[in-house]
Amino acid sequence: MKPGTLRQILLITDGCSNQGEDPAAMAALAREQGITVNVIGVMENDVIDENGMKEIESVALSGGGVSQIVYSQALSQTVQMVTRKAMTQTIQGVVNKELQQILGNSVTMEDLPPEKRGEVMEVVDELGETSKLEVLVLVDTSASMKHKLPTVKDALLDLSLSMNARLGDNQFSVFVFPGKKNDVEKLLNWTPKLEVLTKVFPKLTTGGITPTGPAIKEALDYFDQKRSLRGLLSDDDEQYFEESV
Amino acid sequence: MMMNNTLRNQCKTLPGSVITGKWHKNNYKIIKELGFGANGIVYLAENNRQYVALKLSDNGVSIISEMNILKAFSKVQGSVLGPSFLEADDYVKNGKTMPFYVMEYIKGDGYLDFIQKKGTSWMGVFMLQLLSSLSVLHKQGWIFGDLKPENLIVTLPAYKVRCIDVGGTTLTGRSIKEFTEFFDRGYWGMGSRKADPQYDLFAVAMIMINSSYPKRFQKKGEGYTQLKEMIKQNKDLLTYQPILDKALSGKYSSADEMRNDLIGFLSRHSSKKKAPVSGQTGNASKTRQARRAQNYKQKSRIKRKYGALETVLLVTIVSLLYILYIYGQLL
Repeated sequence: MKPGTLRQILLITDGCSNQGEDPAAMAALAREQGITVNVIGVMENDVIDENGMKEIESVALSGGGVSQIVYSQALSQTVQMVTRKAMTQTIQGVVNKELQQILGNSVTMEDLPPEKRGEVMEVVDELGETSKLEVLVLVDTSASMKHKLPTVKDALLDLSLSMNARLGDNQFSVFVFPGKKNDVEKLLNWTPKLEVLTKVFPKLTTGGITPTGPAIKEALDYFDQKRSLRGLLSDDDEQYFEESV
Repeated sequence: MMMNNTLRNQCKTLPGSVITGKWHKNNYKIIKELGFGANGIVYLAENNRQYVALKLSDNGVSIISEMNILKAFSKVQGSVLGPSFLEADDYVKNGKTMPFYVMEYIKGDGYLDFIQKKGTSWMGVFMLQLLSSLSVLHKQGWIFGDLKPENLIVTLPAYKVRCIDVGGTTLTGRSIKEFTEFFDRGYWGMGSRKADPQYDLFAVAMIMINSSYPKRFQKKGEGYTQLKEMIKQNKDLLTYQPILDKALSGKYSSADEMRNDLIGFLSRHSSKKKAPVSGQTGNASKTRQARRAQNYKQKSRIKRKYGALETVLLVTIVSLLYILYIYGQLL
């Protein structure tokens, strides 16, 4: 199988949205376009309330991704784990689809005997190592996130360290919400390295509202722009993994 | 840290219950829980009156990757570091399928417990063992990855270090997927997370540091400076400083090279207990060598003296016996 591109949105937040579209609906929209949405809820001394928890889970569920609630000390490890888990999940979805085409409708990896399953898994792992990866990071910068931002920055640097050790190429971009003027503000354009964040992050100001839904929606546009831009520059038709779990 | 209680509840199995494989139909009687990891629970189980370790998971994917690694690991010739792989199967409970795999049960004390009970003098020996196992592994193109004391077990009565979790093992040149921050080169800002021999050797150095700082510590500021400072502040570690420094900064090209340094250091250290610690190593080793040569000369002189004495004694006894014989003949 030829490695394609895995596209993910990574949402880092600490609570409920309070403005604009329903984030779960926007996540579902992302999934339809082959983009997985992962959500990490960060706690410090505070606890995320029940509504916040529910939203985090439902966004990841409708976005075909992975969600995890963590204390900020464990953020670095979690970010890389969630990203990897979602990558495997997406690839597995594609592999399952192929299996169904070969073996019949109801067959998934789980139905194979352990030995065969092991062989299929080797393919999944291989793809996870060699596929291209595009991660758009969406950071909630509402007031309660203020003192968690240094940890978020470290976690993102750590993520680029982990992902850049892979054989496949990586592209990251970072958005924050709410932005200075709009709901979302672009902090960092597509780049393989996140080191630049060290300069940009300390200057961030935090705002009051949490427009999670609009933020996801805008992020989708940004993926599209990238795609059409690339279409103009070169006419190699890129393969994208479509989620099908 | 992470909230993953559902997994625990789902594959919680009570001692005494029997797990039967869906495919191979082998029975395993659960005796007790041995440990709990991110991907599942490891049980001590019995099959045909033999103890085995059985890992049960509700997440099919990650456990399969792990099983693949364990299989590959078992094929590495001459490596006894990890447990040997026995079989993989599925356990069906209440209509839900949970994959499991069975491996050799490695019995012994946890590495850190052992060191705390018996003292850090054991550390050197265990690190030598670990390094020779790593050397074999590296030569076959694998990097261990998630090397840490929790994964190391000292088996008795052989006093041999072995590893119980090989899930982080990665092909050389690929990315490390499983790691623990304290033992991770990337966390300390000392290099990438690409699997190379130096990644494991960094972790070996960190295990040595952890042996003297059982509670570990968090990164503050510049990683390398902090680690060097922590080594300086501990008497036991300070003696290993040149080796630790080389391993931390990735200057060893292979596990064998680090092992040779360590073996040289340990034998020097035990032959001469009050070795100067902070002196220039080059100079110190020269004088030590000279002294050793002197020792050798003295020893051989003594040997020669003894040899002469022996000859004289032998000649006297033989001639005495001869005289007695002649005397007897004459009478």
